[in-house]
Amino acid sequence: MIEVRFHSRGGQGGATAAKILGMAAFLDGKYSASLAVYGAERRGAAVVAGTRISDSEVRRYSNLKSPDYVVILDPVLVEIADVTEGADAKTIFLINNRGERPAALEDFILYSVDATTISLDLGLKVAGTPVLNTPMLGALAKLGLVKQNSLKKAIRQTYSEPKNIKAADLAHERVVRVQNRRFILEESEEFAEEVYETIEEAV
Amino acid sequence: MSIATQEGVTGQDHRVFVTGCEAVARAVMTAKPSVIASYPITPQTEIVEKLSLFIGENGSECQFIAVESEHSALSACIGASSCGVRTFTATSSHGLLYMAEMVHWAAIARLPIVMANANRALGSGWNIWADHLDALSLRDAGWIQFFASSVQEVYDTILIAFRVAENEGVMLPAMVNLDGFLLTHINQPLNLVDDDLYISEFLDDLKMEHALNFDSPHTLGTLIAPTDNYRVQHDRKVGMERAKTVIREAEEEFLRLFGRAYSPVPEYRTDDAEVLLVAMGTLAKEAEEAVDIMRFRGIKAGLLQVRQFRPFPDEIIDILERSPADTIVVVDRNYSGGCGGILAQEIKARLYSADVKREIVSVIAGLGGQDISAEDLVEIVKIRGGEYWWGI
Repeated sequence: MIEVRFHSRGGQGGATAAKILGMAAFLDGKYSASLAVYGAERRGAAVVAGTRISDSEVRRYSNLKSPDYVVILDPVLVEIADVTEGADAKTIFLINNRGERPAALEDFILYSVDATTISLDLGLKVAGTPVLNTPMLGALAKLGLVKQNSLKKAIRQTYSEPKNIKAADLAHERVVRVQNRRFILEESEEFAEEVYETIEEAV
Repeated sequence: MSIATQEGVTGQDHRVFVTGCEAVARAVMTAKPSVIASYPITPQTEIVEKLSLFIGENGSECQFIAVESEHSALSACIGASSCGVRTFTATSSHGLLYMAEMVHWAAIARLPIVMANANRALGSGWNIWADHLDALSLRDAGWIQFFASSVQEVYDTILIAFRVAENEGVMLPAMVNLDGFLLTHINQPLNLVDDDLYISEFLDDLKMEHALNFDSPHTLGTLIAPTDNYRVQHDRKVGMERAKTVIREAEEEFLRLFGRAYSPVPEYRTDDAEVLLVAMGTLAKEAEEAVDIMRFRGIKAGLLQVRQFRPFPDEIIDILERSPADTIVVVDRNYSGGCGGILAQEIKARLYSADVKREIVSVIAGLGGQDISAEDLVEIVKIRGGEYWWGI
């Protein structure tokens, strides 16, 4: 069974993202269940939703505790919500940003897509704010969770605005693996050493 | 209506991906009630929304009565049902208790109303999450009560409930319970029945001998003197006893026509089980996962899902009599103040009269939406002693 957890703010479509992903997996012929962890939420509050995907009946109703995928619709949530709860070295994170690696996600596999820009460029907005869930789902499908065609069918059955499909396709193309920060540090240390040696030689 | 269908995958287009609330509304529309009266309350609201939508879209002849309270919702159903038509209502928690007076009335008046109740905790301290005390505090009202464990099961149980409630020998209202949020709001795959097959083969037209009728005027629910009241109550007992057989027949017919099997106390890996978990609602489904985890670790665990709570199933005694398990861990998502977990009490009482000796462990877990995972249930099975509150 694969567990996917969505972190978003009330109104950003995190719960609907969980439902669309479950529907896409269902269209792929899998068993799935989509749930939202309901609290005293309102617009703007941090909310959590989840999807379970399996080859057999999903019998769990409890909160997702060891996610295989964590999708972060609003990058600021990394600092205020426990996005790494239950995550391990195999957990794959997908964040809406411009390829940066937040400190809290230093040790995790991380993918990034700029969902905000994709939706702003397309003029895909609801109540004045860019739609984040459909591009994030397009990026998620690229990571192999569901077929892109099933995802698009599920999006079409949920939203009438065709720009949602375009956003999912663009994100599917643009999602990138964010290099491990340690790896980058090691590289820069080697570079610093080379520079030091060059200076020494010059002296 | 935005509905995902799985055409080309399963070879049938009657498979959808929906919430528990939508599954209830779809089952109700299939049964073609004449009158629905309901007042929205979290987490039942989507049932009312979907019913309104379906009635509006399909040009249904069903009358949806928008009432100002739950008391009025059930009263409207009582009025309509007294005229001999099929009725439905849905509520939850404080809504159910607000209609409590009429809940008793409907049963004694022998009106086959079907209700969906989204199980939710009771205040003080507003809590909108899953808890069985709302329905169980009306366990003595004389309604048939089912507790569903999945979207498919709640849909099928609504379909079965209409047939059982309207059986001429039963004529009792039926309440189908689904855990608030856990089941009302989850999306799961759902196999739909063929509407025409259901109406033509499974659910007969409602025939109520005591229905109000202009051609043969009589009154209902007038003064009943002490010389007769106990007879009326005894008649209701007889109806409830008959319901046990009628439910089994309906479940067998449902299996024959639609291919899905139901029973009052479904068993999971119980044959050689040394310890048995007993639970109702979604906890029972999560417990299947727990049983598999324990079996994998070499612990011989099994599960009983009490799906039919009223009439309380005699089958549970037969199952426990032949079970090699010496310990029964009953998980109650409710607590009767000053007495204990209600399901544990009921099982103890029946074991005593059947003279079956087993250690009954009563665990109170999941109140007010407390998150209970399969891993928690694996730990819960290890508990011994009289009564234990999980998490305290």
